[in-house]
Amino acid sequence: MMQKGKEEKKSFTCHGGMQMTAGQGYQNEMEITFDAISDNEAFARVAVAAFVTHLNPTLEELSDIKTAVSEAVTNAIIHGYENIHGYSRSDGGRPADEIIHEGKVTIHCVLDKDLLHIDVSDQGIGMEDIDQAMEPLFTTRPELERSGMGFAFMEAFMDELEVESAPNQGTTIHMTKKIGVGDWIDSEE
Amino acid sequence: MEQISTEDFQIIDNCLMIRLPEEVDHHRAGYICENADRLLMRDEVRNIVFDFENTRFMDSSGIGIIMGRYRKIECFGGRVYAIHADRQIRRIFLISGLNKIVEVLE
Repeated sequence: MMQKGKEEKKSFTCHGGMQMTAGQGYQNEMEITFDAISDNEAFARVAVAAFVTHLNPTLEELSDIKTAVSEAVTNAIIHGYENIHGYSRSDGGRPADEIIHEGKVTIHCVLDKDLLHIDVSDQGIGMEDIDQAMEPLFTTRPELERSGMGFAFMEAFMDELEVESAPNQGTTIHMTKKIGVGDWIDSEE
Repeated sequence: MEQISTEDFQIIDNCLMIRLPEEVDHHRAGYICENADRLLMRDEVRNIVFDFENTRFMDSSGIGIIMGRYRKIECFGGRVYAIHADRQIRRIFLISGLNKIVEVLE
């Protein structure tokens, strides 16, 4: 992490506290499975955001969750299934020599009171060296001109991040975030 | 959702102006990079301005787009600017360290 967002919070004021809707013992669960194609990246992050809306998350919390889900799902598509351009099987713009590795990505969410657990899993090629993969700016595909910041973003935007993976065994990303911690309003705005 | 088209890429003086779509992710990144690079090759572009006016979502793919374009113009002394960046976009610049190479204009 080059720079953590610590100092920027200075200018924010905090309103409110725990959400009323996050009552005692509240639990909810959902699971979605979809094709590992880039059209589904937006769908995935919006679905997870919709799942937590009744906890009244702040806009910032929603953005954080969407970004983290987007990173995890994009990684599963590009790296897990090596579908680097995210093509679907029926994509007309796809070059003839582009091989599509068919696969599915599954998102499993559990809301436990105000704690959101998100698992993003694929059955793709997995990773040999998880620590190296998690280093900021590291990427196995520099030619794609992606930033290598995927894991760094997941770490920055969620409270907890755990990665389970082994070569040819797929990858599961566990992320946790507390919702409704406070309404962060930029006092300058 | 608003789609991005070739009209969103314009050259004004020596600046390439790119109006980014509502959501900047991996799905859109290819189109943005292809069009930007085509114009960067063709014209005497020195600087790039990314316009975030319509952008409500960006992930690390957006960082990749900006970093990749920056590398192409930095050797000629070109600079990268961001306009209309909301708080979330600025936050992403800060977390990624991109604020060191992108000048955010008000």
